[in-house]
Amino acid sequence: MILEVRDVSRSFGGLKAVAKVSFALAEGSITALIGPNGAGKTTLFALISGFLRPDAGMILFDGRNITGEEPHRISALGVARTFQIVQPFARLTVRENIAIGAHLRISGRQEALARAAEIAERVGLGGRLDQPAGTLTVAARKRLELARALATGPRLLLLDEVMGGLNPREVEEIVPIIRGIRDGGVTILLIEHVMQAVMTLAQHSFVLNDGLLIAEGPPAAVIADPRVVEAYLGTGAAQRFGRETARA
Amino acid sequence: MVELSILVPAILNGITTGAVYALIALGLTLIYGVLHIINFAHGSLLMLALYGVYFLYALFGIDPYLAFPVIVPAMFGLGYALQRFVIARTSHGRDENVLLATLGLSIIIENLALYLWSADTRTVSTPYGFSTVDLGLALIAVPKVVAFFGALIVTGALWLFMRRTDLGKAIRAVARERDGARLVGIDVDHVFAMSFGIGIACLGAAACLLLPSFYANPMVGHGFVLIAFTVVVLGGMGSFPGALLGGLLIGVTESVGGLFLGESLGQIGIFIVFIAILLFRPTGLFGQQA
Amino acid sequence: MPMRSGTAILAVLAILLPLPFVVQSDFWMNLAILSLYYGFLGQAWNLLGGYGGQFSFGHAAFFGTGAYATAVMQVRLGLNPWLGFVLAATLAGAVGALIGGLSFRYRLRGSYFALVTLAFAEVFRILANTFEITGAGTGLLVPLKQTPANFQFAQKSGFYLVIWALTACGFAVAWWIEHSRFGARLVAVRENEDAARALGVDALRVKLAAITLSAALTGLAGAFYVQYFLYIDPTIAYGPSVSVTALLVPIVGGLGNALGPLLGAVALQLLDQVARAAMGDAPGLNLVLYGVVLVAMLMFLPNGLFGIARSSALRLFRVTA
Repeated sequence: MILEVRDVSRSFGGLKAVAKVSFALAEGSITALIGPNGAGKTTLFALISGFLRPDAGMILFDGRNITGEEPHRISALGVARTFQIVQPFARLTVRENIAIGAHLRISGRQEALARAAEIAERVGLGGRLDQPAGTLTVAARKRLELARALATGPRLLLLDEVMGGLNPREVEEIVPIIRGIRDGGVTILLIEHVMQAVMTLAQHSFVLNDGLLIAEGPPAAVIADPRVVEAYLGTGAAQRFGRETARA
Repeated sequence: MVELSILVPAILNGITTGAVYALIALGLTLIYGVLHIINFAHGSLLMLALYGVYFLYALFGIDPYLAFPVIVPAMFGLGYALQRFVIARTSHGRDENVLLATLGLSIIIENLALYLWSADTRTVSTPYGFSTVDLGLALIAVPKVVAFFGALIVTGALWLFMRRTDLGKAIRAVARERDGARLVGIDVDHVFAMSFGIGIACLGAAACLLLPSFYANPMVGHGFVLIAFTVVVLGGMGSFPGALLGGLLIGVTESVGGLFLGESLGQIGIFIVFIAILLFRPTGLFGQQA
Repeated sequence: MPMRSGTAILAVLAILLPLPFVVQSDFWMNLAILSLYYGFLGQAWNLLGGYGGQFSFGHAAFFGTGAYATAVMQVRLGLNPWLGFVLAATLAGAVGALIGGLSFRYRLRGSYFALVTLAFAEVFRILANTFEITGAGTGLLVPLKQTPANFQFAQKSGFYLVIWALTACGFAVAWWIEHSRFGARLVAVRENEDAARALGVDALRVKLAAITLSAALTGLAGAFYVQYFLYIDPTIAYGPSVSVTALLVPIVGGLGNALGPLLGAVALQLLDQVARAAMGDAPGLNLVLYGVVLVAMLMFLPNGLFGIARSSALRLFRVTA
């Protein structure tokens, strides 16, 4: 198991954002982390990547305890993340943006810039290498986030709503890119609301609601789970749906 | 051990000075709370107000305390104009620009004063300037006592204004939720300028209260800026009670510090406090998250 | 842009080098020296403020430390001023590391960082004003002894060559920042610190290195000031004038690029001379002008002079491309 999260909790004041969550990821898998807004998914990412310290629990990456480590250390160990609200280095070009990621393993400037160009090609940004990141469209920025994280040469990639704000065609274009990344040996955990992508990409999924892990399993099974339906749509929704599908 | 007869007057003096610091800081914290601007020009604008009070006295014989109705509206107008027509235009969406703009204004004002009025120190001599009030344990100069109560009264008036008037409520609305306020029809630019104006008007009031026991020269603003920031940061950015309490605390710190370390070195106490707060508790005593 | 800056820098340095042989008058030599000096001071600030995005309002803390380091060493201990130079950079750098270490460790950014630097500068000023070793309020006068071994030159050209060398140093550091991993990381931290951290950048170390470097160079500027003017006091060393000049120069010239500070320094010097000619040598007047320039730039030219140059160059390229 490349990632193990054990009984991790984190509160903000009185609010339990993440409550004793435990799960594990198999190496080379694509797993989806789903749940309604405010469930604690991004908080979980922040805990894994070191931006937040858990109040309790332990996080192991490849058997090594990374709980509470600094983000740059965790990144150096091989965990990369993207942000839900994209954070480009606005005044730098696409190439320079990605090069920062490449610089994690590469110290030479020219080498890093060359590697950045390669990665840009892989995610389809090859034609925009010299464009300032601040002028990119939302879809392009999402790819830039992906490219930057990829450039760090991670073994685990945490993607936070990388499809957010994309139209169906853009989603279709990015799915094979993500699959290609996994085929290159990278384990992927993605937070996603776009179910189309979740179903196509993920073999396994976890559902978070109000900080608690309420279900896990293959995506198709999980979204049919009445508890999950209720989490998204409110109490009694599962029953209502059951009645309506029976009638239909 | 320090004798009570020396310590108590120092503390009392510190409190009176502190009240004026609080008034100065009040303007600063209002400006920060509403506009999220750290007004580096605050000290130099105070200096300008001091000169205003001085010249009203020197040229027209108007007693500083009676200069209120002239100085306070004048400073308000200046503040309004500065925010509306200068500072607002420098932002271009970047916070650093506003920071630099207020710094630039402070440079202009300070050096203009130096150029126009030279580095000479100006004081006023009022009939009550040397009278003192006997408080048993200490003799406190009359101007300082007046300054203390004056500062409290202005602070109270400002608080009432913020609570009871429509404009006050609009200001608080904008401070809390800028876009929401805009959505309900509040003219945010106008409110910004009004807030800045009120903050600077506080300086006018402070100047009237301060000059009888102090002086004016082009560089005084510089000393007040850091003290005002210390008070605001100590009390918490955007907090009125914080500014008041912070002002009193700093006033006493300065006074007692001066007692033990001498005039010049005593000021260091304030800056050490300042640095310490910024590092260890930047939200201050009452402030919200920065 | 970064690719071409190397040639531009070398060209500028090459043009500046033979100046003492072309210019004979002391007046113009003095102007040239001051321009390069302010340019160097501004370049030092630019490292932290332009490339690093951390705006310090108290760079005087580093300047004054460097100045007093060499002044005290010479006046009180009779040490060689060349050694004083080295000491100036070291001590100033240490102060930079101290202030940076405290500020960045406690996550101070933006206005709060600016305020803390201001406070530190003021603390130093009070200390220098209090103690005898720094001459308290009267300051220190460095005895005149014009030999190169004593870092004082009878001819202005001597000082000019020193400040030219310092300018070259400043350019070298700026160029290195534009072409190295460290520099790329520094700029990334400026643009978005959290994103940089997620990509493996140790933001604290990067910012600390930047402020130490910036402080060390600023300390050298302070030491140069002492050798050129042979006098230092608390207000000159730690007062607002130096802090303001240090930031004004790169802001006017263009932040975050190597040539901006020099451009800004020359522009401000020219402005100064024009003002003096037009309005006389009154105290405070040149600073009023600087303040007006700063505010005007912020209102109308937020990218500095270089920004205009760059956007016109870009327009030119688009026309021909």
